[in-house]
Amino acid sequence: MTEQKQPEIKFVEGIVPDAVEDVVYRMCPMHLMRLEERMKELKKGQILELQTDYEGALVDIPDWCRKTGNELIGVEDTGEFFKFYIKKTVD
Amino acid sequence: MFRVYLDHMATTPLDREALAAMLPFLENSFGNPSRIYDLGSEAKEAIEHARESVARLINASPGEIIFTSSGAEANNLAIRGLAKANERRGMHVITSEIEHHSTLNAFRSLQKEGYVVTFLPVNSYGEVSVEKLESAITDRTTLVSVMLANYEVGTLQAVKEIAEIAHEKGALVHTDAVAAAGNIPVDVRALDVDALSLSAHTMYGPKGVGALYLREGLRIVPLIYSGIQEEGRRGGTENVAGIVGFGKAAELALKHLDKVERVRWLRDKLIEGVLEVEKVELTGHPEKRLPNHASFIVESVDGEALMMALSFEGIYIGNGTACISQVLRASPILLAMGYPAQRAQCSAIFTLGRETSKRDIEYVLSKFPGVVEKLRQISPLWKG
Repeated sequence: MTEQKQPEIKFVEGIVPDAVEDVVYRMCPMHLMRLEERMKELKKGQILELQTDYEGALVDIPDWCRKTGNELIGVEDTGEFFKFYIKKTVD
Repeated sequence: MFRVYLDHMATTPLDREALAAMLPFLENSFGNPSRIYDLGSEAKEAIEHARESVARLINASPGEIIFTSSGAEANNLAIRGLAKANERRGMHVITSEIEHHSTLNAFRSLQKEGYVVTFLPVNSYGEVSVEKLESAITDRTTLVSVMLANYEVGTLQAVKEIAEIAHEKGALVHTDAVAAAGNIPVDVRALDVDALSLSAHTMYGPKGVGALYLREGLRIVPLIYSGIQEEGRRGGTENVAGIVGFGKAAELALKHLDKVERVRWLRDKLIEGVLEVEKVELTGHPEKRLPNHASFIVESVDGEALMMALSFEGIYIGNGTACISQVLRASPILLAMGYPAQRAQCSAIFTLGRETSKRDIEYVLSKFPGVVEKLRQISPLWKG
């Protein structure tokens, strides 16, 4: 059995999103629930900025992107919370 | 025995309509609202309906309502949650000396964690000093919390003015509206507050449920950690029946707001009659006060003794904030207003409800002078 490799996270700056979702201080799994809801509203090619302070999101969100086929552009660390940039690549 | 309940600041009776709305959720509709099957979704729908009713009472949006276990929890969540969420901007927070213990102790807990807390003084009417706020607030102040109306003396605070001053400095504003809601119109937009606490059991709803209004877009650090309940802001399986009862109580409170003038008229009759007794003084502001609130200092009569003696006549009044009056002889609120300790022990609080009748007030006025007279006869302080 091969060990599953953790997706590598690219740290980025200056991405301009089409929509912003703030779940800072909201408890897990709100980051995944809101991510799923907001991505449904976006059109293919649009970018969501999801803000969360939950460190587990560094594992969950890349995992969610891998499972759904959407693209994780990267993460910005503000020092207080993370900004995840997710591009809708599948309908 | 004829019974007159005039302690509506401590709690109100549960409205029958609120009880009727709650019962299905204590019986057959017992599902967990987080479950997506029908038993769960009917509980979830009932919660969301209640959220709309509570929001309507204070002119908020349903998404701005977080249900809690009490007004005290709402105060704690607002104070600790907003202070923590804004800690990077500053660690100076402001409140007043006459807040409810749930507010004062939440601020004291922050003090222990290194925050600088300013407790604003009040004048002899129990009004928070706006001038003192102006001189205490800085660019590093993150939160100002002042109650809308005081439980013990009924005085209304200039919350709108306070919000204006606080917002100019970039501070958030919380107000404890537990004593006010249901007794006067409360509008979060008109007050321009960022957070506001409510409790169901002081507006004819059940005990064990409260709510925090939190302005849309604001971040708050939770007090109780769990999962997705209350949009990830307050953990724990919801008190479905309690929340449903709160929703109905909020609907009824809005409907009955037109009864305020009748209550005020009865309250004024009560004040007039009580003040006819020798050496009795009204506490709090004579006009800027809750319409159902009458509070007095009855010289040389211990507040607790008066409360008990009146209860033997079937009359129920208060002698201080319900949770502290048992342990503290002198009211800290009256002390903050400048009353000497001996007089601050002689507090009598009459708070009317929408069911209070003219007959009730006449009964109270027929008994009050005799009860006071009797207590003064045995009081070592009375020099009548």
